[in-house]
Amino acid sequence: MTTTVAPTSATAPSGKSTGGSGKPKAAKLVRMLPLSPAIGLMLVFLAGPIIYCVYAAFTNMALTGPGAANVKFVGLDNFRKAFSSGAFTNSIWLTLVFTLISAIIGQNTLGLGLSLLMRRSTKVVRNFVGTAVIGAWVLPEIVAAYLLSAFFNDDGTLNVMLHAVGLPGQDWLYGAPIIAVSLANIWRGTAFSMLVYSAALSEIPKEIEESAAMDGAGGWRRLLFVTLPMITRAIMTNLMLITLQTLSVFGLIYAMTRGGPGTKSQTLPLYMYEQAFSFSQIGYGTAIALVMLAIGAVFSLIYLRGLNSEAA
Amino acid sequence: MVTRKRFMAAAAAGALLLGVSACSQGSTTKQPDAGGAQSSGPAHIKIAYQQWGPGVVMKNFLTGVKSEYEAAHPGSQVEIVPVVASENDYYTKIQLMMRSPNTAPDIVYEDTFLINSDITAGYLKPLDDYIGKWDQWSQFEDTAKGAAKGQDGKTYGVPDGTDTRALWYNKQIFAKAGLPADWQPKTWDDVLSAARTIKQKVPGVIPFNMYSGKPMGEASAMQGFEMLLYGTKDTLYNYDQKKWVVGSQGFKDSLNFVKTVFSEGLAPSPKDALSPNMGSKVGTELLPQSKLAIDLDGSWIYGNWLKSGAKPWPQWSTVLGQTAMPTQDGSGKGKVSLSGGWTWAIPAKSKNPDAAWDFIKTLQTQKNAAKYATDGAQIAVRKDVASDAAYKSSSASTQFFTDLVSVTVYRPALPEYPKVSNEIITAMESVMTGQSQPDAAAKNYDQAVEGIVGGKDSTTTQSTGQ
Repeated sequence: MTTTVAPTSATAPSGKSTGGSGKPKAAKLVRMLPLSPAIGLMLVFLAGPIIYCVYAAFTNMALTGPGAANVKFVGLDNFRKAFSSGAFTNSIWLTLVFTLISAIIGQNTLGLGLSLLMRRSTKVVRNFVGTAVIGAWVLPEIVAAYLLSAFFNDDGTLNVMLHAVGLPGQDWLYGAPIIAVSLANIWRGTAFSMLVYSAALSEIPKEIEESAAMDGAGGWRRLLFVTLPMITRAIMTNLMLITLQTLSVFGLIYAMTRGGPGTKSQTLPLYMYEQAFSFSQIGYGTAIALVMLAIGAVFSLIYLRGLNSEAA
Repeated sequence: MVTRKRFMAAAAAGALLLGVSACSQGSTTKQPDAGGAQSSGPAHIKIAYQQWGPGVVMKNFLTGVKSEYEAAHPGSQVEIVPVVASENDYYTKIQLMMRSPNTAPDIVYEDTFLINSDITAGYLKPLDDYIGKWDQWSQFEDTAKGAAKGQDGKTYGVPDGTDTRALWYNKQIFAKAGLPADWQPKTWDDVLSAARTIKQKVPGVIPFNMYSGKPMGEASAMQGFEMLLYGTKDTLYNYDQKKWVVGSQGFKDSLNFVKTVFSEGLAPSPKDALSPNMGSKVGTELLPQSKLAIDLDGSWIYGNWLKSGAKPWPQWSTVLGQTAMPTQDGSGKGKVSLSGGWTWAIPAKSKNPDAAWDFIKTLQTQKNAAKYATDGAQIAVRKDVASDAAYKSSSASTQFFTDLVSVTVYRPALPEYPKVSNEIITAMESVMTGQSQPDAAAKNYDQAVEGIVGGKDSTTTQSTGQ
């Protein structure tokens, strides 16, 4: 049953606009010509910095000291140094924790839950919830970070609320910083998942669910065996996007905890920033950036496999 | 067809962009000539300095000198560029500025701890040619001249003051705790026991503050940690062997001191101590409001309480006392102090070095140097200012801090120092937050230092010859 409905959004317009395979090669090249400025710009402004970053990762480039005057090629030294450093492994670990809690579990399930609930709610509720959630997303990152700092602060709103119901509060930003920034990122980023899932859910024809209900499937069974399988592609796409977004979250954490106390919320982007710009070691910092790129690529591959196996 | 139209539009936009950027390139590269670079005639000079916290002493001082200079050099323009940033961010920002001729200021305010690193980086211009023709240079103290010297023996900056460090204590709180008004601790334990007494007898007051951890940057390394370390038998660098010291007991003992004050609650909570605003908070809130009993801090902090300062507080000279930071067990000279200071330097990529030098000369006339030493709460580096009666009596603490010059130590001003300093504050922060034990943090530091200075061959475990 599930195979009968193809997700519409993912099919790319193929073949139609490429001019067909019958035309001579020269004509194809001529048609490519107008693209060249765009390709040139991409190369200069996108590929250029990336190539420069890769180059810098293998040098001792620095903002001050010997590494600033004559940049030397140091081979894999930066990577060796990174993988033998406790601070680096600590930040990889924290990055994974942060991504898992805030993106894969938090934003993803909350976004799905909200979009499922909103589908059944009245228009008023839908508009209200939608506005509130998207509001958090629309706020500039730094504003959101300050709001959340106030929320998680020792005498902030969260603790006041906890005390009101007789629960002990705690100093979230100091005692559990990685939890605090993860919750903050969920608050801020859930809207994206919600929008993706709302769009995907609206594509499911009502009749399918209705017939499942007629067959006697309850709410949970319908969700597990009908709804979720039908939006697998949306789930994978969403997971990939939010994972990549979350891996590179910087401003939110920097403004809330600066990666501290100590290194307790120092995820890879913050570690990279500290090494490159506070401690002036550009070469080492870019090496960390490359590692981050690799982690993102691994995640993407996993999700892409998921997408492909679904498509097959 | 739609796609083709789109391509055309994109191409047009691309061409336009290229054109625009080409145009702007052309115009920016031409600008230097228009400024009249090499002449000493009218010029536009940019002067960059750090602006942090509520203090405006430097801004007012520079504004005054700017109008003096512009009056004496008709047609010239001085642009004051305050770089609003905390300690470490300031260095990063000016280093980024100095990398490119398009952004390099003509004069930059350089901390002496970074000057050798920036000289090695090729950011600064040697000033020997200018200084050779300057009759005022002989007025500068030799130690201060040394602070701005590169390893090549050339001078890269004109110092505008120095500083020493000691303990400031609140006599009113001391009276409440039953401690003497003329407090003279002889060892670290004396400091700790006074702090413990205060914690017990005067609740609600922070007994002791020392800057620690990354947010306070170099203040943590120098004013906090090295004030301890240089009171042990160990140091950071062995000048005889030309090697960095690792694995020293003094380093571990100093970290243990940090651990003690934070774990016993003798210091601000680590959370507050890790605020990048801690420096201005101590100067403008904690001390003037009598919320802090003992503060390990610099000679300049009374500048906050002058009429021109961020938090005028005329009573400070009667409420606060100063006493030297003792060595670990009272041995050696018995007291310890560290000195730094700032210099005015000319970036190598400055477009108007001659005019910049003229401006530095104006900054450092006897009159202006005396004004800055008084308003900026500096220890004078010009002999004529230091012997000036008005300067000597300018504050209740001037004499005390000037006397500390006889025991003071300068940081190993080597190109690697800033990186080593970062490792010190990383170790401190991991200890103060309870993330690591002192021994583990010291071990991490040793490892990191070996990495910075180029392996085990460049380190030693002996601290002789400081």
